[in-house]
Amino acid sequence: MSYDGVYSDKVMDHFMNPRNVGEIEGASGVGTVGNAKCGDIMRIYLDIDDDGIIRDCKFKTFGCGAAVASSSMATEMVKGKSIQEAMQVTNKAVMEALDGLPQVKIHCSLLAEEAIHAALWDYCEKHNVTIEGLKRPKNDIND
Amino acid sequence: MSDRKNNAIFLDNASTTAMRMETLEAMEPYFLEDYGNPSSIHSMGRTPRDACQRARKTISYIINAEPEEIFFTSGGTESDNWAITSVARKAGKEKNIVVSKIEHHAILETADALEKEGFRIRRVGVDADGLVDLEELKTLVDEDTALVSVMTANNEIGTIQPLKEISEIAHAKGALFHTDAVQAMCHIPIDVREMGIDMLSASGHKFGAPKGIGFLFVRKGVRLDPFMRGGAQEEGRRAGTTNVPGIVGMGKAAELESAGMARKMKEISEMRDHAIERIEKEIPYAKLNGHRERRLPGNVNFSFRFVEGESLLMMLNAAGICVSTGSACASGSLDPSHVLLAIGLPHEIAHGSIRMSLSERNTMEEIDKAVDVLKSSIERLRSMSPLYEDYVKKEKCQRCHTTEYTAIR
Repeated sequence: MSYDGVYSDKVMDHFMNPRNVGEIEGASGVGTVGNAKCGDIMRIYLDIDDDGIIRDCKFKTFGCGAAVASSSMATEMVKGKSIQEAMQVTNKAVMEALDGLPQVKIHCSLLAEEAIHAALWDYCEKHNVTIEGLKRPKNDIND
Repeated sequence: MSDRKNNAIFLDNASTTAMRMETLEAMEPYFLEDYGNPSSIHSMGRTPRDACQRARKTISYIINAEPEEIFFTSGGTESDNWAITSVARKAGKEKNIVVSKIEHHAILETADALEKEGFRIRRVGVDADGLVDLEELKTLVDEDTALVSVMTANNEIGTIQPLKEISEIAHAKGALFHTDAVQAMCHIPIDVREMGIDMLSASGHKFGAPKGIGFLFVRKGVRLDPFMRGGAQEEGRRAGTTNVPGIVGMGKAAELESAGMARKMKEISEMRDHAIERIEKEIPYAKLNGHRERRLPGNVNFSFRFVEGESLLMMLNAAGICVSTGSACASGSLDPSHVLLAIGLPHEIAHGSIRMSLSERNTMEEIDKAVDVLKSSIERLRSMSPLYEDYVKKEKCQRCHTTEYTAIR
């Protein structure tokens, strides 16, 4: 399968120049999803302040071009947002922001959504809070 | 994109090859002047018919066969399908067919389809270098084995099989031996008599001929029913209007490529060995896939831990370097290459595999540039890999534990 010309310009841009790559020391929440066996692992770090605003967001991803671009885009979309706003960053929203993904790569955007949710879940557990509509991450790395 | 296509460093010669101008020129008259159908009785059929016979002779000579044993097809896939399917149907469902686990999909998917119909298929494994397990093969081949099919050289990892030993095992039980030589034809010496080959598939575009032409060698005395029906071409064994320009092109390419084969093999393997040496020296956590010595001259295949193949391929592509990967992400399935799994690589390592396949059109400078870009791309991808992060932290942790332990002692 060829991807030259199949990925949108936005995907290529976020793959070649990924935003927010890295780690956050002492992050408020960290979520890792995916499975090395399937070839995709995404980790998202969130720095959330006392007002529930995501001050910073970083990622590390092992995966294909679409996986890297989806994580990069997802971090951009939640940075500076409230937790409730971050909950609205769905895989569909990530995909739309990237001007679409090839059919076989849609799961990459889903992984980005799950990584954010997993990081938020970690934040909830660490800080003893609950977020409406947030479920325990199912796609855990250790599954 | 189009402006850099001509400047691309093409390290994907196992996927296809460039044609030489001489080959194109040899083909040209059969499009424009001597366009007749070789099956025609009138005068326009004569020149193309003779040209096809010359190509048949050239090709047969290279593999030490007779011209009557060469049957032109549309390529390697058709040749593989033809050989396996026709032998299976003639032998019947009581007999069995043995194939290796690292065959091309043209063999494996044909075998799977036959199995669904009720034919008996046995699959022989390979060792960590990709060599067929001869002891296992001996236990799988029995009096009911109609055919053993093992490729000459693997398309992904480049391992060259001991064909003579394999054919002896097949023949000892009265089975036929077929080999898919798509990656080997005109790249390494093949002698069908010496190696005991009963049938051999090859594809023109892998050695400088156009796409859409190939052949199946069928040893005299092997009765093989036609696969394509509807005409008397190729002695009634492969119907369909003769692809004259393709055949002429394949004959010319075979002549040109086989002429300097020893020199070519030496030059290409020098570039290959240089790439392997540099990668092993300069890139940590890299594993060479395939046999170190019994290897196609142009094949370099590595797995790089903590990175994924498709993203690596994309970074190389952005720098104008064309390679291929065994990662699942590039195939649209969840599983990485069956070849890499068969040699025992875990999924996560197989996902980080890259194949560079060289030709004599490549230069040492290109190889050096490719390795430089590979190195920096891997560094970059590792810096953003959670697997690498975990590994480094674990290592650090283990190291500090060791230090403490030493201190206490």
